[in-house]
Amino acid sequence: MTPILQPQSRVLSRRSFLVTTGGLGIAVAFGSVPDLASGAAMAPAAEGDFRPNAWITIGADGTVSIISPAVEMGQGITTTLPLLVAEELDADWSRVRVVQAPSDAETYGNPGFYGIQLTGGSESTRGYNALLRMTGAQTRLILLAGAAGMLNVPVSELETEPHRVLHPSSGRSLDYGEIAARALLPDPLPQATEADLKQSHRWRYIGSRTIQRIDVPSKVNGTAVFGIDVQLPDMLHGAVLRAPVQDERPETIDDAEARDVPGITHIVPLSYGVGIVGETVEATRRAKDLLNVTWSTTSRVRNYSSQRLLDEYRAVGRDFGQQGVPAHTNGDAEAAIAAATTVIEADYMSDHVAHATMEPMNATALVTGDRVEIWAPTQGPTGTQGFAAEVVGTTPDKVKVNTTLLGGGFGRKAEADFIIDAVSLAKAVEGRPVKVIWSREDDVRHDKFRPLEAQHVKVGLDAEGNIVGWRHRIVADSIFARTLPPVFEEAGGHDDVVTEGAKFNYTVPAHQIEYLRQDNGLAIGFWFAVGVGYTRFAIECVVDEIAAARGIDPVALRLELLKDQPRARKVIETVARMAEWDRARDGRGLGVAYSDAFGSHCAQVAEVSLNRDTGAIRVHKVWCAIDPGVAIQPLHIEAMMMTGITNGTGHALFEQINVIDGEVQESNFDTYRLIRMSEAPEIEVAVVPTPGSPFGGIGQAGLPPTGPAIANAVARLTGGVRLRHYPFTPERVKAALDT
Amino acid sequence: MSYAISVNGQIHHVEDDGQTPLLWVLRDTLKLTGTKYGCGVAQCGACTVHVDGTPTRSCTLPLEVAASARITTIESIEGVEAQAIRDAWVARDVPQCGFCQSGQIMSAVALLRTLKTPTDRDIDVAMSGNICRCATYNRIRAAIHDAAAQLGTAR
Repeated sequence: MTPILQPQSRVLSRRSFLVTTGGLGIAVAFGSVPDLASGAAMAPAAEGDFRPNAWITIGADGTVSIISPAVEMGQGITTTLPLLVAEELDADWSRVRVVQAPSDAETYGNPGFYGIQLTGGSESTRGYNALLRMTGAQTRLILLAGAAGMLNVPVSELETEPHRVLHPSSGRSLDYGEIAARALLPDPLPQATEADLKQSHRWRYIGSRTIQRIDVPSKVNGTAVFGIDVQLPDMLHGAVLRAPVQDERPETIDDAEARDVPGITHIVPLSYGVGIVGETVEATRRAKDLLNVTWSTTSRVRNYSSQRLLDEYRAVGRDFGQQGVPAHTNGDAEAAIAAATTVIEADYMSDHVAHATMEPMNATALVTGDRVEIWAPTQGPTGTQGFAAEVVGTTPDKVKVNTTLLGGGFGRKAEADFIIDAVSLAKAVEGRPVKVIWSREDDVRHDKFRPLEAQHVKVGLDAEGNIVGWRHRIVADSIFARTLPPVFEEAGGHDDVVTEGAKFNYTVPAHQIEYLRQDNGLAIGFWFAVGVGYTRFAIECVVDEIAAARGIDPVALRLELLKDQPRARKVIETVARMAEWDRARDGRGLGVAYSDAFGSHCAQVAEVSLNRDTGAIRVHKVWCAIDPGVAIQPLHIEAMMMTGITNGTGHALFEQINVIDGEVQESNFDTYRLIRMSEAPEIEVAVVPTPGSPFGGIGQAGLPPTGPAIANAVARLTGGVRLRHYPFTPERVKAALDT
Repeated sequence: MSYAISVNGQIHHVEDDGQTPLLWVLRDTLKLTGTKYGCGVAQCGACTVHVDGTPTRSCTLPLEVAASARITTIESIEGVEAQAIRDAWVARDVPQCGFCQSGQIMSAVALLRTLKTPTDRDIDVAMSGNICRCATYNRIRAAIHDAAAQLGTAR
């Protein structure tokens, strides 16, 4: 079981109390709090109230309002987290309303994720579940105590069914609403312990295949409100012309023609570009095209050409004379490899990829004096407060952030550049809200891409084929050096997310992981699964290379390396059975891969074919077995796996950003290719939880195994042709076939 | 210039440049924000509306051209096919982030109005202009088949 902090509760008033575990508290209120208990399934946070005093409110009508501390970007979290409260509270899910949390890290920060209020890293369920479940259990105990007083019976004679307290021996019962309306809180409060949590066989909602996502109905009729949809009275529109090369600045601005566009109200010079404000989106876009700006030519990013740099990175990886920062060291891998009978050595690489969320970057801001209000699809509402405060010269507490639904996030909307645009322009037109929507071209060109990276893996085998040492060198720029400099420095120049996933659960006697940071200036960021997306590509392909060198089956080798890992073995055995691994397919190859990242075990088998004339790969089907520990919403876990697998296929085959002399070559979906319906593989998912396991992360768990499963399938189909560079473009595939 | 455009069965008088894409007229003038901006160059399908019944990318359709047609958006798409598609979308929990789904639904409704029982190939052809970054494609495909089956039973 996950260690759970024991909650301490204290009475705040006769109708409310606070449950705290480990310094973080959840306030619970009985009786209607009108601002929060409004009817919509996703009500906006209370107007004019920066810190609503209750996370959970039980109204006199029995409506239970629960705040979702995490944001909804398609990963289903605004259903998942409140559902955990409802489970332990024994609430009727149909009487629960979910409210998006306002920006307030002190109240809503993730206890398992540095206490910050940022949705990402597949950390929400892992970080919040203990607190939310304990709060639900504690609140149920207090409802029982309140009912005992109202019915004048001992608590021990009471039990609950959804939304009611029952006194079976007298047949009397009370609805939660009645208790909330009339009961007085006992002081001291009864205290829940871990023993008060439901045993898994008593779960009504966790694991249910009938609970649907709360946000779905609004997403089939056009009523869901994303950041881009915010409409405010008197609102203006904004656009920003950005420098073609990162970090350049406007030197001269000729805005004569732009000013003449009807509807343009302001031209706003910015340190990093030129802003335009006007009455319509169209007017600002026309004006933006008519600006004549000369840019500085001093940015070192002008020296950035991705394919040339990647060649350099590969050379660094191979050059053992260059030492990296140790990311993980277990034993003396180099000495073990030096004494090995067989050495397997390979380079794996990937190009930059873009987030390309369907909803482009956008934000709306209103600046009034030293106060700022923001409406935005942000993964990090409290970071947003800080950046906005800096632009306006105020303090974060003066910044209110209204988080809308996110039309995709994948790490991109944890950044602040789009927020800064809106706040900068709103500051220039103080008193009127300004909405800035990036063009798709800007969204792609000015993304914070996944790092360009090269990896060198060197593995030694003894005479029996056992792995004796494993070295893994990861060559890439740093994400944390830009986004979290103190974390980067404290780690001695190691970047935990760039090397994420390199540490694995295969049994090897000596394992050494090094990070060789490259610093070439281009801002890189958190992309779907971050480091795991490429470290597992290298690892899982090398495992297949070892299997080939030993002449054994890749599934059998993985099971051998995971002898003492029953959950890992379960997903691999399950997926092999699903895919009929041992059945040969005419003209098609099967490949397998596995990942234990994000606290979940995921194994996949891909079935592919290859056009040897064109080099085009077709992924026909992917089978997936996932053990998330506890499967809170199995239907949604299946959906998340499909997202990971299909994007895992698309990014392995198509997605590629090229930077030449600092300029990004791709700009829209005609040049940045995303996978489409006709190219998406058929997918079969088995969700195989392990009772008693911790809650694992799901959002990103499906992506890492797909690419290596495809590469391994191609190798098996072609008698050993290895694809070692994402994406597997037809040219690269042909080149690999020819060598 | 002033244009009279027919949107969701109502005539609206709009003052705007005739070259303005219909998308922005719908979203900002008529406040029909269910139709999304995704690319501006008819590559992603997020802005799909029906123009005289045909699924059309509103991001590249100038107002002056749209003004002569009947426009239907996600907010008002009705009829048995639209209902069956919406029901199937909800039953299968198709949307994730949901941003592209207005466009997906508009394309899917048009498909079912043309073909009563589309094959996988028909679905590929009709739907491949609509990108979904959450990659809900498999559930979209299944939901279209569900809707077609439901309509077949009802008929």
